[in-house]
Amino acid sequence: MKKIISGNEAIALSFGDSGGVFASGYPGTPSTETLEEVARLGEVYCEWAPNEKVGLESAIGASIAGGRALATMKHVGVNVAADALLTLNYTGVNAGLILMVADDPGMHSSQNEQDSRNYAKFAKIPMLDPANSQEAYDFVRDGFEISEQFDTPVMLRTTTRISHAKGVVEQKEKIEPKIGPWVKDVPKYVMLPNYGKIKHVEVEARLLKLQEFAETTPLNRVEMGERSLGIITSGVAYQHVREAYPNASVLKLGLVHPLPERKIREFASLVGRLMIVEELDAIFEEQIRAMGIRVDIGKDKIPLCGEVNADIIRVAAGDAIALGSAPIAALPQRPPIFCPGCAHRGLFSILSKLKVFVSGDIGCYTLGALPPMSAMHSTICMGASISAAHGMAKVNEIAGRSEKPVAVIGDSTFFHSGMTGLLSMAYNNGNALVIIMDNRTTGMTGGQENPGSGRVLQGQPARQVDIVALVKVLGIENVVELNAYNLAETEAAIKKGLETPGPYVLVDKNPCILRYRIKQPVIAVDPEKCTGCRACLKAACVALGLGAAAAGERAKVQVDPNICNGCGVCVQLCKFDAMSEAKGRG
Amino acid sequence: MDIFNIVIAGVGGQGVLLASKVLAESALASGMDVKQNEVHGMAQRGGSVISFVRIGKEVFSPVVIPGTADILISFEPLEALRYVHYLKPGGMLVYNKVTINPSTVASGLATYPADVEDQIAKACPDAHGIDALSIARAAGNDKAVNMVMVGAVMKKLPINAGVVEGVVRSVSKEKGIDVNLKALNGGAAA
Ligand SMILES: Cc1ncc(C[n+]2csc(CCOP(=O)(O)OP(=O)(O)O)c2C)c(N)n1
Repeated sequence: MKKIISGNEAIALSFGDSGGVFASGYPGTPSTETLEEVARLGEVYCEWAPNEKVGLESAIGASIAGGRALATMKHVGVNVAADALLTLNYTGVNAGLILMVADDPGMHSSQNEQDSRNYAKFAKIPMLDPANSQEAYDFVRDGFEISEQFDTPVMLRTTTRISHAKGVVEQKEKIEPKIGPWVKDVPKYVMLPNYGKIKHVEVEARLLKLQEFAETTPLNRVEMGERSLGIITSGVAYQHVREAYPNASVLKLGLVHPLPERKIREFASLVGRLMIVEELDAIFEEQIRAMGIRVDIGKDKIPLCGEVNADIIRVAAGDAIALGSAPIAALPQRPPIFCPGCAHRGLFSILSKLKVFVSGDIGCYTLGALPPMSAMHSTICMGASISAAHGMAKVNEIAGRSEKPVAVIGDSTFFHSGMTGLLSMAYNNGNALVIIMDNRTTGMTGGQENPGSGRVLQGQPARQVDIVALVKVLGIENVVELNAYNLAETEAAIKKGLETPGPYVLVDKNPCILRYRIKQPVIAVDPEKCTGCRACLKAACVALGLGAAAAGERAKVQVDPNICNGCGVCVQLCKFDAMSEAKGRG
Repeated sequence: MDIFNIVIAGVGGQGVLLASKVLAESALASGMDVKQNEVHGMAQRGGSVISFVRIGKEVFSPVVIPGTADILISFEPLEALRYVHYLKPGGMLVYNKVTINPSTVASGLATYPADVEDQIAKACPDAHGIDALSIARAAGNDKAVNMVMVGAVMKKLPINAGVVEGVVRSVSKEKGIDVNLKALNGGAAA
């Protein structure tokens, strides 16, 4: 049967259809729906790990125990899992193991634009790069076969336009899972130097075998057309190439590492101009140039940054000027913002007012960096808020500066990699205020469960970690609960935390209103009392807006009752008592 | 190549994705190839959302290039302006006239263009504004704006309206079917 499904859904479906036994991962756009779909399909065991390293390591264990395993993550997740990956490539696998990584060219929802193909080269392992949902489905099955045939982990790389684009998929016959033996094999799985040395030689030999495989596998196919222009490409870039040049000759790579040198050389000899179309880094181009093959059009014409499209390709080939018309300039932006009713709004109203340095992290609360709050001053990677604040505090101490930095982190990020930073702060006699926004979900990626939410991926009840107890056990003496909806209380708590020497932790436990569908009574404005001073607008809430101004008067604030979720932050920002207090909070 | 390019724009939470799904499923049910693509992630946080549906005999790329869309469906006037450059010359715009303040306006950093409809008319001669919210409300649910918008373009697509109705039935929850069909037909009549 044909279905229209996304690349992520196709990978999940194929995992179940291809003998998959165990899947783990950590949410991250655009990879997240893959594991969610495995759970929804309900055929194969799957779980959220607290971070990508744990996810991959659990998948390694599953493979060693004889079950085909899948680990899913976004591109930056591989950085976290890289320690495991860069030795897993030595040990190899027992049952097949696929690491699915979703890149985000164009940075639709990511902090950087790294190209995961570098990891396949780095780890000297095969990587598959599907060009549509059908290939995403097919390549899972191919990936398991390659993994088992060559005793290697396989990376399956998607990009946003593969993960989230929907296309037609035809399902294949289901392969029932077969769980293999669980064998002790010290030289294979224990990477002491002596065993590692043997393995490294094997890794290099395996790469040569994979190169031979790359020459003949139908994963890499030549589509001969007009010979004046020949294009080497892969992934979604292939679709853009076909769009731009339906009749050109194309070498479409499905296996993007290692490259089929002979095939490329032959293809290059058959075409006039050779063009390489790849999103992000010049991975193919550098290798192909190193083979001594002439490349006529490559990264000199196709940007290293952002996504490729048919227009860019036609222009690069010198055949057209850009079709694209320009957007209308100077429209008000519509950036994402805290949801109406979100507790993060209360916290950032106060952080903004106190003008402290906020060492931030990655989650919905990162939106606190945008105007008008502008109350987050560094955000590097998940978990960095606490460790970076620790480093800042140490330098402040050395410099004789008295200000104490504030770290802001969410529950999921704290479990992911914030805990170790806090351990360091306790251990190394640090001096920062840490605010943990425990909204009981992994909000930014769409509300996934985590070790603090009390439920597993499938929704069944689970052991729920007690963050306050956890913080204490890491060695922090001052841990205080916070209610970020109450601005006066929040301000007082933050001031106390800043005045008290040493590490100080505040934990807000208000649940995510979006994930838990919380609806509060809405706020009303008394137009008699509203002076139009705009103090409430600092709440940066889309439920607020200015009405039409009467002659000679300032425009007064209005609340859209369809959008308002009654958090009461605007009520507390109002100096004229013009807004009615929401019930149930305060 | 005869690919029919649809761009759907709106604000996170308005149901742009479901509208895209209905159009894509309808194309598939009509025996055509289809690629549908939207960028989500932070979309639910009230940000600007854009989605592409490409229909034809064989569709390659999932993205619509600016200047090539046959139809732009916008759930909000400011978003119509933001993405009007996606239309090809002579392309058609159908938009919901009900405005939603972006956070930049709500926080007083920017003002909503008062002449948004004039600007739209200037940018696209073939633009049609409808009050999708009132139509949705009359159908029984404010949230059915997305179905109204699908209805409003239904007859302009290379797809049979009956097929779209069937798809709306199949993607709706049991108790929402009537409301959604009313909204769809309300949009078609607008
Ligand atoms: C290494 C890494 N993995 C995953 C992500 C994707 N990601 C961004 S924010 C986030 C979770 C945020 O959850 P939480 O800290 O609980 O904050 P909330 O969004 O709920 O406020 C994730 C998983 C990432 N940016 N980096």
